[in-house]
This record gives sequence, structure tokens and C-alpha cells, in this order.
Amino acid sequence: MDMKRDYYEDIELFKSGTILFWSILFVAALFVAPLFLSNYHLYLFNLVMVHVIVAVGLNILVGSTGQIALGHAGFFAIGAYGTVLLMTKLGLPFFPAIVIAAFISAFFGFILGLPALRLEGPYLAIATLAFGLAIMHIIGHTELFGGRQGLTAPVLNIGISQWGLNWVIKTELGKYYLILIFTIIMVLLAINILKTRAGRAFVAIRDSDIAAEVIGINLTMYKTLAFAVSSFFAGIAGGLFAFVLGFFDPFTFNLILSIIFLVMVVVGGLGSVMGSIAGATLITYLMYDLLKNVDEVPIVGNLLVAFSGKFLTTTGIDNFNLVALGLVMIGIIIFEPLGMFGAWIRIKKYWKTWPF
Amino acid sequence: MPFKQLLIEGLAMGACYGLFGLAVVIIYKTSEVVNFAAGTMAMFSTYVAFHVITLYGFPFWLAFLVSLFFAAVLGVFVEFFFIKPAKNPTLLGLIVITIGAQLLLGGLAGWKWTADQQAFSIPFSYKVIYEPIPGFHISQWAIAVFVIAFIIVTFLFLFFKFTKLGRAMRATQQNKHAAKIMGIKTDRVFAFSWAFSSVIGVTAAMLISARTILDPDFMMEPFLRAFAAAVLGGLMSIPGVLIGGGIMGLLENFFGYAFPSWKPITAFVVIVLVLCVRPSGLFAKHYVKKV
Repeated sequence: MDMKRDYYEDIELFKSGTILFWSILFVAALFVAPLFLSNYHLYLFNLVMVHVIVAVGLNILVGSTGQIALGHAGFFAIGAYGTVLLMTKLGLPFFPAIVIAAFISAFFGFILGLPALRLEGPYLAIATLAFGLAIMHIIGHTELFGGRQGLTAPVLNIGISQWGLNWVIKTELGKYYLILIFTIIMVLLAINILKTRAGRAFVAIRDSDIAAEVIGINLTMYKTLAFAVSSFFAGIAGGLFAFVLGFFDPFTFNLILSIIFLVMVVVGGLGSVMGSIAGATLITYLMYDLLKNVDEVPIVGNLLVAFSGKFLTTTGIDNFNLVALGLVMIGIIIFEPLGMFGAWIRIKKYWKTWPF
Repeated sequence: MPFKQLLIEGLAMGACYGLFGLAVVIIYKTSEVVNFAAGTMAMFSTYVAFHVITLYGFPFWLAFLVSLFFAAVLGVFVEFFFIKPAKNPTLLGLIVITIGAQLLLGGLAGWKWTADQQAFSIPFSYKVIYEPIPGFHISQWAIAVFVIAFIIVTFLFLFFKFTKLGRAMRATQQNKHAAKIMGIKTDRVFAFSWAFSSVIGVTAAMLISARTILDPDFMMEPFLRAFAAAVLGGLMSIPGVLIGGGIMGLLENFFGYAFPSWKPITAFVVIVLVLCVRPSGLFAKHYVKKV
């Protein structure tokens, strides 16, 4: 089905003209979409795109390199705090600030990648989890980072104010286009990374790290590189997230957020960039829109309120999104371990070989 | 002199972590599943005890038995409906399932009992303080913790060493397929180990909630510490997890006394440092993987 005939076919960005056509159409649709969207939906789209960047980056680490990461909210936080603090304290313009913050995040990813060289399985899970919690506590206890009160993002000026070039983005619409451009660049970057020598090394490490070492892949370099690249993505996303939210405190970046990031990648399909995008979109929509106010959903909402009034408590109905997320996580592993991407492949295969 | 106080408090808390770590280790030993839902399962069962005490006016010990029974059923339920249906799950898959179960149960508990903080009291208060040797204070709660921990550990030791079921569990851990050929019903062994772990978990959770508070998140931090203690001990050895728990409790209490605001993360920093030096914990044998 997906036969590759020469090396060029393996590394080209779009496998066929059809895919290229639909991709361009999709991106064009995203550029004109704001004409039909309200401010709230623009905010939601911004959130979705920020999460897409994180999920695509996390996919490089979890899906392609096969390492377990339960602390990505930490890198996300480094990106957000780094960008805002570089802009407010040092007066850097937006673009250098977000890139430097992402590199700081990547550096922390590299540091975390060092113990990961020796750890695997549950041990790696606890180490990354500890990292995420540690970042949250350090931010919460340091005056520089605003402590528990959190930080307010400055005015989003993407020009360089020192040279008199001011370009202030105030509306959700402006943020939408800014984040959209960032998202497209980062997604293309992720797809391309997976097609390079490094990307193939990541996949080899996932399949068997010992075999990879035997064929000459430098484990030290590529494992830490995977961590660094993945945290770079999370850093960029965090910097954008700071402006989507406008205000954030350490508890925004809690363990649940790390878990949500992991779920996005798993639900989308491990190892697939398109899957991560779909997973991030679906989970963000579920967690931040549909299930956030589940009691306002027509019919189902009333039923749920009645049900919880009778057997549970109506004040606790906010917990419904946690229950749903848990069910999604369990269900996806039991019924479709490859996630949405796996389901897509199965459907495609079914129609290609139909009626056999 | 707070030193002796910190020592005893730390050891008692460490014994709780150790006990709770046992719940994690028992499951890992038999089925190589890291149960991230352990804390929430124990929290849920503790809430059941709280519920029957406050709403139906059960006496504590009856409620305790109800809660133990509920915990056992819950453990079997989670194993049967969540873990078993997954076909050849990867390690990440199992972690995702157990975290999913954790969110599910945590959400249900918050839905049923709301996020309000409740006071859960057991007959052993930490406010009643004895002074057996002059200058050496020990609370009733700490005594209860030490006694219960001692009873459970002795029981476990005898159970794994001398009973048929304990031997079956050890056999299953060593080689699942060989155990099956020898006539051990491994499915039952798994179900039993989950029930067993859940029961030990709720005992520890009750002791912890009597010292702190009861709300849907109260087991999160103790669970992470207990898990860290289990990792420190190597996830496989029962004495290891107890020693790990002790180290954890002491570290947390002494560092927490010296730098109060850094108390929640000192333990984790130590864990990561230990893991850097000994990647499989302090007491585990490091097996070389076959390719």
C-alpha cells in the first residue's frame, strides 16, 4: 500500500499531489475561518493550536523515541514564564524572547534527558513526573516568578519597540493569525525532523535501543536531543499560551495538564504527526469547551444534572470532564491502541481492499 | 529538642508511605503494572468508610470492615474491566490506563462527595501523646501506625513464604506461562493481588487521612511519595519499599523542618538523584535485558 520506491519518496514532505492539495486547502480554510467565528471560538482555536504545538513536540519524544514523559507541563511553564519575564524584565522584543525561552526550555529538556539515558519504564515516568512537580513548586515559591499570585502577560507587541517599530496585537483575531503562523512552521518543522537522520535515529531507539546502539546510533546524543527538541516545542507553545491566557499562575501547569498532553498524543496515535494534531484538537475541544460546562449541553446536560441530583451532588458536576477523560484514556488503549491514526489506517485499508 | 520528635513523626509517616508503597509493589511484583490509580482507589475506599460512618451511623470498626471489603471489590473490578481487556498493552499503554482509572475514580469521588475537606477520625488520635521515656513523646497515632505496619508486614512475609496462594503469586511473577503450565490460575492470582493491594492501600490511606484531612485529592501527594519510596526500594522488594518509605518520611520531615516551603519537592529531588546513580532503585537486582 505505502510502498516506497526510492529514498526521495521517503523524505518528501507531501507524499502525493492529492495530499498537497488538501493540505493547502486546509490551511487556506484556517486563514479564512475567522470571518465566521466569534471571539470565544477564536480563543478556543488559539488554545487548540497551542496544544497542537505541544502535542506535535511531545509526539517526537513519546511516539517516535518511545520515552515516557509525564512532566511536559513543566517545559510549557518554562516557555510561558520565560517569554513573559524576558519581555517585562529585560525588555526584549517578542520574537527573540519566545525563541530564547524555548531554548531555555530545550536546555532543561537536555538536563532531564541525561538521567533518562539510564532510566526506563516506571523509573523514567517518576523522574519526569518529579521534574514537572518540581518546576511547579519552584515557580510557586520564587518571588521573581510572581509566586502563587501568578503573572500577567504584557501587551503583545510583535514589533521592536527600541527601534520605534510598534505592532501591537490586541484582538483575539490578531493572536489567531500569529499563533496560526507559528503552528504551521512548527508542524512542518516536526514533520521534517522526523524525516532527517535524527528522526530515523529516534525511531530506531524506540524500536530497540540496544539494536540502535549496535548499528552506530549515539544513544547519549539522540536521546537527549529528543528531549531537547520536544521541550523546545513545548517552550514555544508555552510562550504563545501566556498571551492566549493573559494571566497564569503556577497551578495552571499542574500534573493534570501534563497528563492531558500525554493523552492528546496517545489518543491521536503514537508516532503520527497528523494524529497528534487530531488528538490535540479533539481533547482540547472536549476538555476546554464541551465538557467544561456539561450542564449546559442540550438534553444530555439536563439528564446529567437530574442524575447527579438524585444519586450524587450537583455541585460536583464539574468533575464530569475528569470522568470522561479517564474513560477516554482507558477506552482508547483497550479498543484502539494506535489511536485515531490507527482507526484512520484501518478505514483506509478496508476501502482500498474492498470487497476482500 | 525537636530532633526526637521529628525522628518519630518522620518514621511514622515513613511507615505509612512504606505501607502504601507495598500496595504498589504487590501489583508490580505479580503483573508488572505500575498502578498510578492506587492512591485514588484508596481515597475512594476511605470515602466509603466516611460515608457509612456519617450517613448511616456505623461504628468505626464496622465501617472499616465495609471499606476493606469495598476496596477488595474495587481492586478486582479495576483489574477485570480496565487492565485485562487490553490486548498486549505496552508499558505506556498500562500507564495511560491506570492514570485514566485514577482520573475516573477521582472525578467520581469529587462528583459524589464534592471537593469539601472533611475530617476523618480513627480511634487513634495524633493529639493523644504518651511519654514512655522522659523527653521522648510518641502519639497514639504513631503507635497505631507502627503496630499496624508491623502486623501487615509480618503477615505478608508469612503469606508469601508459606501459603499456597503466596507461592502461586511468586511463581506467577517469575514466569507467567510456566506458572500456567503448572496449573496455577494466573487470572485469579492477578485478581487476588489487585484486591490485596487495594486492601493494604486503604488501610494506609485511613492512617494518613487521620493525620491530615479527607478530600478527593488527599492521597495524591502521599501516593507520589509512596510511589517514589517504592521506586527507591526497587519496585520489587518488600523490605526495600519499607526502607524506602522510612528514608522518604525522615527526609521529608527533616528537610521540611529546615526549609518548610520546599518540603513537597525535597523527596523527589532525592529520588531523581538516587535514580541517576542506581537506575533500578537501591535494592533491586539490575537484570540485563535480552535482545
